[in-house]
Amino acid sequence: MSAIAVSTTINGDEVEFLCQAEETLLDVLRERLGLTGAKEGCGTGDCGACSVMVDGRLVCACLVLGAEAEGRSIETIEGMANGDELHPLQTKFLEHAALQCGVCTPGFLVAAKALLDANPDPTEEEIRFWLAGNLCRCTGYDKIVRAVQDAAQELRGS
Amino acid sequence: MQYERPKSLMDAASLLAGAKGSAYALAGGTDLLVIMKNDDFDAELVVDIKSIEGLDEIRETSEAYTVGAAVSCAALGESTMLKEAWPGVVEAANLIGSTQIQGRCTVAGNLCNASPAADSVPALVAAGAKAIIVGPNGNRTIPVEEIPVAPGKTSLEKGEIVEAIQLDKRAPQSGDAYLRFIPRTEMDIAVVGVAVSLSLDDKGLVTSARVALGAVAPTVLLVEPAAEAIIGTKLDDAALERLADVCSAACQPIDDKRGTIEFRKKVSGVLARRAARIAFDRAGGK
Repeated sequence: MSAIAVSTTINGDEVEFLCQAEETLLDVLRERLGLTGAKEGCGTGDCGACSVMVDGRLVCACLVLGAEAEGRSIETIEGMANGDELHPLQTKFLEHAALQCGVCTPGFLVAAKALLDANPDPTEEEIRFWLAGNLCRCTGYDKIVRAVQDAAQELRGS
Repeated sequence: MQYERPKSLMDAASLLAGAKGSAYALAGGTDLLVIMKNDDFDAELVVDIKSIEGLDEIRETSEAYTVGAAVSCAALGESTMLKEAWPGVVEAANLIGSTQIQGRCTVAGNLCNASPAADSVPALVAAGAKAIIVGPNGNRTIPVEEIPVAPGKTSLEKGEIVEAIQLDKRAPQSGDAYLRFIPRTEMDIAVVGVAVSLSLDDKGLVTSARVALGAVAPTVLLVEPAAEAIIGTKLDDAALERLADVCSAACQPIDDKRGTIEFRKKVSGVLARRAARIAFDRAGGK
């Protein structure tokens, strides 16, 4: 089967790649484009480690075909920091020790940013429900929630 | 496997109809991509319907709303118009999976995946929703409950695609609700799901109702005797008791790790009572 040519936008850059019909967006990001921030945890949309934004919606990259990226705008963890300057969520995750092994962290950061972009002042319950699709086996979640709350406060400038 | 992204429904239908092996329509992909990873998955063709114009729109006509097959449940949940008219349907659709799944999953896909435990389907059945189908032999519109025929099996012919789900405009003093039982608070498959839709007259009596049960039979059940149990009442205790008994009796559940037969029957009745109460309150009942 010949490969499919795809033109898309990733973190603001125009990107072209070839992929097979079966390949997921996660496979393409990691194996063809070298963007290894998004992780494969479960591969079935349960763990959220591969969270990315597609046209402004939070999705699991393991449940999107690479070919579906045609003409879309994709944002990954690699686009979150501004050069060497970390996003406040990234800084707060470090300050609050909201990670241990780190496999879930890129997904949590992308998902948390999507929440704060839509809702700058979420309640703890809203944070926990929004992040229910991101699994972490290390932290017990509490530090992650505190980091998101702290980042939200900083982003609100209060 | 071949991947196609047609621009028109007719092209999509002919591609699917012309496939020699198994062929799938791809909307949100939150079920399809999961089975695609199974070793025994063997599809000749996947037809992505998301580039077809209009399929990502929620439309309003004088009689009805139509939800295109590519509208994500997240987008559905942002529709003030639908939340007002069919809050139970929107709530049910927004219970599917996580935030990430919501960004992709669709009600048409939830229906066509034909899981007995699909969350949006009991709510659609209770709402009297219809599936607008296009296919190589013409178009047809059928009640949504006629689509799933067994777990994972639908009545759709080869080449047929559900283009949109149609929900009628609401009569005044109407309400709907969906409740499900899961052992945790989020991200789980329904052990029992119950949807109730009803309308009241000027005196506050239930004049019409539809009650649907999920996860307690091979397909979602429309339970007509359950509607009869509450029609003509103001949902007094006796009516709610009858409703619960009829719902428990209508279940044909399985025993599995999520719940026993006995538990599912009991919970069907309990949730039916509670969902009816919420629908009644939403209809302005007192």
